[in-house]
Amino acid sequence: MNLHIKNGRLIDPANGIDAIQDLYIGDGKVLAVGSAPQGFTAERSIDAAGLVVAPGLVDLSARLREPGYEYKATLESEMQAAVQGGVTTLVCPPDTDPVLDEPGLVEMLKHRARNLNGAHVHPLGALTVGLKGKALTEMAELTEAGCIGFAQAEHPIEDTTVLLRAMQYAKTFNYTVWLRPQDPYIGYGGVAHSGPLASRLGLSGVPVMSETIALHTIFELMRSSGARVHLCRISSAAALDLIRAAKKEGLPVTCDVGVHHLHMTDADIGFFDPNARLTPPLRSGRDRDAIRAAVLDGTVDAVCSDHTPVDDDEKLLPFAEASPGATGLELLLALMLKWAGDQGVPDALPRAIAKITHAPARTAGLDAGTLSVGAEADVVLFDPDARWTVGRDTLASQGKHTPFLGYELAGQVKATIVAGHVAYER
Amino acid sequence: MHNPQLNKHGELQHLLTIEGLPKSIINHVLDTASSFVGISDREVKKVPLMRGKSVFNLFFENSTRTRTTFEIASKRLSADVINLNIQASSTSKGESLLDTIDNLAAMHADMFVVRHAQSGAPYLIAKHLNDTKQNHVHVVNAGDGRHAHPTQGLLDMYTIRHYKKDFTNLRVAIVGDILHSRVARSDIHALTTLGVPEVRAIGPHTLLPGGLEQMGVRVFTDMNEGLKDVDVIIMLRLQNERMSGALLPSAGEYFKSYGLTPERLALARPDAIVMHPGPMNRGVEIDSAVADGAQAVILPQVTFGIATRMAVMSILAGTQG
Repeated sequence: MNLHIKNGRLIDPANGIDAIQDLYIGDGKVLAVGSAPQGFTAERSIDAAGLVVAPGLVDLSARLREPGYEYKATLESEMQAAVQGGVTTLVCPPDTDPVLDEPGLVEMLKHRARNLNGAHVHPLGALTVGLKGKALTEMAELTEAGCIGFAQAEHPIEDTTVLLRAMQYAKTFNYTVWLRPQDPYIGYGGVAHSGPLASRLGLSGVPVMSETIALHTIFELMRSSGARVHLCRISSAAALDLIRAAKKEGLPVTCDVGVHHLHMTDADIGFFDPNARLTPPLRSGRDRDAIRAAVLDGTVDAVCSDHTPVDDDEKLLPFAEASPGATGLELLLALMLKWAGDQGVPDALPRAIAKITHAPARTAGLDAGTLSVGAEADVVLFDPDARWTVGRDTLASQGKHTPFLGYELAGQVKATIVAGHVAYER
Repeated sequence: MHNPQLNKHGELQHLLTIEGLPKSIINHVLDTASSFVGISDREVKKVPLMRGKSVFNLFFENSTRTRTTFEIASKRLSADVINLNIQASSTSKGESLLDTIDNLAAMHADMFVVRHAQSGAPYLIAKHLNDTKQNHVHVVNAGDGRHAHPTQGLLDMYTIRHYKKDFTNLRVAIVGDILHSRVARSDIHALTTLGVPEVRAIGPHTLLPGGLEQMGVRVFTDMNEGLKDVDVIIMLRLQNERMSGALLPSAGEYFKSYGLTPERLALARPDAIVMHPGPMNRGVEIDSAVADGAQAVILPQVTFGIATRMAVMSILAGTQG
């Protein structure tokens, strides 16, 4: 279908565009930006006056809970949440049940996702069989099945030899290893940032060093193996300093942060609010400020939603027993806009959009996140000023738990276009 | 942030923690407790303040002692007491914590006394009752994880006030496993709220949580230094499972470094009192000569505990939702 999106403020950070320009779409691709290609007749035109027209969002961490945890969420519900949040491409970690460690499972997930005509789903394969940290998975086979990288999700490898071998093997084929730095002992099983709040509330802590010790190990193994590593959901100022230094050194490393950590701190746990139980935990105000600054200075390559739907039965429990995680697909855009609004720099909006579109796409090696002519027509139209309240009834995700429950946020998606077809519209 | 234990008039609706409680409420509890102390000496040890009210003791974690004191306190207030050892009943059959609460609330409970192994569990219950408009049901935290044991904190304050009269010129030392102790946390909040100028924590680094300084506590790792010139010594129980392992090498070495002996007690003020929340490990954290000595007020703590719990329950019962 030929689609003409007119009068919108087109922001395409990859191409340095921020201007009122029309967008022409046909055959599922971007045909032209600015003026219509010759002979173009629109079958539908959308008036985007007052709206921002941007590449569809690329989310580097969204748990869809399939297979295995359909009571928490299903592909149907979460794909709907994705397009309602303007997310057109998402990367999902392998910690499903069964774990994504076999090509057949990956093919099935990709197939199920494709049939839903929603966002493009790119799974990460398990780095080790069953995420147990013992034996390597068939990475080449998994890649053929559609995995774009290999991860351990929340299961740090205890035996450093195995991690080294995994990185050496991944390097052989130039696969990227996705790791969330977490020491397998220190802080493992903790539920809140080690600090005055955890001490006061009597919650077991996750010290910053659980992240930094793991980083030191990962960097040494990178120096030895030459593997490319993407670091997931960094939570502390100290870790960002180490990453900054590693990048300066020239190590092939990138990193992302979860969008909650841009805004919240451990103080938001308040009186044991299980909605603020996240992994990694919300940290101190100093850490939060360092994360915000690192998104601006480029140390952080991408911001992800860290979407983790949790059902009521697993959330309405004493803090430490509650499942960690929050719903995020539908909040990613608004929370990035909130960050942009706080920056006080003139180009904060395009920068914010870059961190959730072409920067994560580039990081993950995906051909997405731009409105370049010829690119897949994944587009989001949003009203940056429209305010909405985060509530059980406004979220499409089956996961209704977020520390932002009840918050009024600015930035509402009006339409999401995936591969040239309108997947969501309000 | 709304403090979930106070109602909209700032009155005590639930007792969940001492942290953030105004001094006036703490003093009100202590004053009320003092009016109840005499009741236990009477021929008829009962007052009718909670006649017709049902108190449910919900113990998700075993405790004979605390449960018994709450039971006695309820009975002396003429309430009906129902003891539930939940570990052995519904939650092991898969019923959720909040389902259990809804069921018991439907039996017209007036008060839940909750002991739970997880920090914050009583908050979840209190919040659920408030969210479901069952504001007439009160929650008393009888110990949650490492977080709080507010009635113990209050009875400790009652004991200190009884012997020392004034809080504003005291040095108080809390000795032992602060890291895992809900009693220590409640005592620290109560002492700092009541204006004690110097609260000390004494223990090895493995048993001291971070952030104590932010709670207004001076940290000592040397027992002798820490006990110097203190007016009150609060000894903490060392749990069996912590006596040997990665936190401490042995009970013997612990006693050598942190056991309260008559020699060490002599470093404190001559009129210093020695407290312990019980049950004691003689020869691990405290020498028998001290535990049974003239300065120990460990048994009076138990007696005052009944009066303090009566005070808390009667005050809550008198608060409208």
